[in-house]
Amino acid sequence: MIVPLEHILCLAGLLFFLGMGGLLAWRANLIMMLVCIEVMLNAVMLVFVGGSARWGSADGQLFAIFIMALTSAEVSLALAMVVYLHRRRKTVDTDRFSEMKG
Amino acid sequence: MEQTIFYILAAVAVMGTILAITEKHPVHAILYLVTSLFSIAVIFYLLMAPLVAAFEVILYAGAIMVLFLFVIMMLDLGHPERGLSPHRREWLPAMALAGVSIVCLAIVIISRHGAPAASAASALPIREVARHLFQDHGLAVELISLQLLFALVGALYLGRQGAPSPGLRPPSPPGGGAGDEESPS
Repeated sequence: MIVPLEHILCLAGLLFFLGMGGLLAWRANLIMMLVCIEVMLNAVMLVFVGGSARWGSADGQLFAIFIMALTSAEVSLALAMVVYLHRRRKTVDTDRFSEMKG
Repeated sequence: MEQTIFYILAAVAVMGTILAITEKHPVHAILYLVTSLFSIAVIFYLLMAPLVAAFEVILYAGAIMVLFLFVIMMLDLGHPERGLSPHRREWLPAMALAGVSIVCLAIVIISRHGAPAASAASALPIREVARHLFQDHGLAVELISLQLLFALVGALYLGRQGAPSPGLRPPSPPGGGAGDEESPS
């Protein structure tokens, strides 16, 4: 363990809340919302790997790998949905997608 | 030495993330985020997780970010002047909420700083990680593979040309399918 766990948690928390602030600020643009969600998930992976290094267990690394697989599935579906919505409305503005009809 | 490298990489990661979420051009934002992800991958390597570091570079920086770039360039979204970027007054509440959360987290972590120090854990070989993965978490591996299959099917369904309809229609003859995507469903 090269640095104390608190510093890793501080870094991960900083990245997570930066992603959260970006998600709140970019709420008009679907693509940037997805990018900020990536930042948040990456911070969660950092917490898992830090815990794995702190307690010498392999489970944290395994969950980081699971999060990575989950993220790739989520991003592929979300971007397919962005392409579909853009084909219908010619925009990625979230305010234009406020109705669920058809 | 490794501690210094860790703090430098942490600063690079935070700065890259800040630049990524404040950049108005989506392509530049993705490139800043790739920089941040590379430094986080090196942090993973320093934390004795070389497998996760390699997957971070290959999957995150190599596949997911390229997918984002593909979609941005395919849909022609690289125009920051179209008004989809937040104004300065929209940054204020978001940054205020995130700042409150950061301060609360820092207070909690600093107040628990007196926890006993960890014994130096030995590095985990990849053979051990793989044994844990496929012996103890075999069901999770199967569920993840099913989830990836569902994501693949869903992306194929959403990405078809023309409006998705409940029944599978026969493919339209070539040359006549140009106006399909304009028709309302």
